[in-house]
Amino acid sequence: MARAKQQAIPRYMLTQQTATLPSSAVTRFFRRLRHIRRWFKLSHFLLYIFMLALIVLMMLPLVYMVVTAFKPIDELLIYPPRFYVSSPTLDNFKNLSAAISSTSVPFSRYVFNSLLTTVATVFLTVVICAMCAYALAKFNLKGANFIFAVLVMALSFGTQTTAIPSYLITNALHLNDTYWVMIIPKIVSSYYLFLLKQFCDQIPGDFIEAAYLDGAGEWTIFWKIIMPCLKPALSTVIVFAFVANWNDYFNALVYIQDQAMKTLPLALQLINQTGTLSRQGAMQAASLLTTAPTIIIYVVMQARVLDAMGYSGIKS
Amino acid sequence: MQTALSHADAVKAGKRTRRLRTINRYMFVIPGLLLFFVFTILPLLVGAFYSLTNYNMIQPWSFVGLENFKTLILEDDLFLTAVQNTLVYAIIYGPTSFLLAFVLAWVINNLKFRKAFTLGFYTPTLASGIALSQIWLYFFAGDRYGLFNYYLLKWGIITEPILWTTNPDTIMPVVIFVSLMMSMGNQFLVFLAGLQNIPKDLYEAASIDGVKNKFQEMAYITWPQMKPQLLFGAVNTVVGSFGVFDIAVNIAGMPSPEYAAHTIVTHLYDYAFTRFQMGYASAISIVLAITTILLGRICMRVFRTTD
Repeated sequence: MARAKQQAIPRYMLTQQTATLPSSAVTRFFRRLRHIRRWFKLSHFLLYIFMLALIVLMMLPLVYMVVTAFKPIDELLIYPPRFYVSSPTLDNFKNLSAAISSTSVPFSRYVFNSLLTTVATVFLTVVICAMCAYALAKFNLKGANFIFAVLVMALSFGTQTTAIPSYLITNALHLNDTYWVMIIPKIVSSYYLFLLKQFCDQIPGDFIEAAYLDGAGEWTIFWKIIMPCLKPALSTVIVFAFVANWNDYFNALVYIQDQAMKTLPLALQLINQTGTLSRQGAMQAASLLTTAPTIIIYVVMQARVLDAMGYSGIKS
Repeated sequence: MQTALSHADAVKAGKRTRRLRTINRYMFVIPGLLLFFVFTILPLLVGAFYSLTNYNMIQPWSFVGLENFKTLILEDDLFLTAVQNTLVYAIIYGPTSFLLAFVLAWVINNLKFRKAFTLGFYTPTLASGIALSQIWLYFFAGDRYGLFNYYLLKWGIITEPILWTTNPDTIMPVVIFVSLMMSMGNQFLVFLAGLQNIPKDLYEAASIDGVKNKFQEMAYITWPQMKPQLLFGAVNTVVGSFGVFDIAVNIAGMPSPEYAAHTIVTHLYDYAFTRFQMGYASAISIVLAITTILLGRICMRVFRTTD
């Protein structure tokens, strides 16, 4: 709204002037008409249609997932498959444990494993990365520039390139086949550190200086001033870290041998391996249960992630 | 207590608090840097070391110098195929996904229902890759039961089913398409946050200075202001597109038909976890790391913030 007004300054100033005049019903009507016309410009309309079409295409698998998860067995077998469900049922969810027939590990155990490792990792990521990023940005520590250069360099190689030696290192530290291996190596990622450092740079120095003069200690400043300032960035990191760890397939596959400690993505693969068409229901039910938390986390955090007000507080 | 402090005591206390502060300050960085070193930098160094050895995890390693790299570049034809495939993927997928994420973020930022659009585009990124690629695989199934084949046949566009994921000619396009559809990538969110981070008064000032339309706004304000986020997105995209693995394996299998979806990371995994030639696999990963680091450098040149 605000942006649309700024864009057309002359017209905006005109409306400002008319607003000071005594506004009759007629001028009000015309003003509203202009407003509506601007809204329904054809190009705008086409843009909305195009965006919606793109979303529909990208959401197609998710729609299929949700619909199939609630399909009873007879509807699963219909050809061609339909993108709606006539008589929804929760059978697929109840049958989930039966779907993982090759092991004695119940589905709820995978949920627990995923929750435990993900929540622990995300929590530690937020605290440790924020501390480190703040210190690198604001403390003028010796070597901070060098460390940041290494950090930026580290951004440009992926976890794929370090997979083999990482395994040897966790093995040497006796972390393999414990929950710790799903947590400790993933706490600090160069991405989160980089992102947080970039945001810390924007916090005005006199802000912190003022707190020093008021006699606040380092930790008080960190918790009471820096963390609230970083809220939008931290929300972004929480979303990224939660999604990345929750969906992480590779680490659980390689580092954990004990089936009872494996996470949801591996449970999905296990169900999929037995892939007959009737299993599709259980597969999509499990997929839905796996996908739902990430979407919920995002929806909860979205307001903060995209809240422009949070940033305007930092600038100034 | 307070009244009894002499000047010397105060100086000493000041020194102590300052020292305490320095210790405190290092306490902030140490946990993060330690983890960063052990699990990000050290693996690269260890990998660089093993790339110069012959190591199969059973016998002790032996030093072979640059032998691995020589074999890799001069004798390993399959590696050249992998490089070729990865380049094709990276050149098409990389810029497309980067620009798509940026343009979509920019458009959404100017639209109503911003949050709904954001959620719509970002949801596939949130969903489990295993779950989604399995569904895309069904959509692209090669028989007439596959969703796309079914509709293309029904509407008379094709006369016989296309073997999307088994025909070497269509594998790469399908992998690229599914990659694009499955994930806007995290840069999409970073771009959106960055766009909203731009102070509104910059646009006001610019319109007074004669910036007329959205495109000029883009060139003079949005793009320069977004450089830190764009750099982040670009590096992210480079790493993502050169590290293509999951989707290629999920769509085309491993090994893929005629190695049409054989990428550098697939090659790496083949040597690391089926042949257990860790030295050779490390050499592959070092080549990959050097490539992405160099490209990252170029990105940093392009998106350098000048102020």
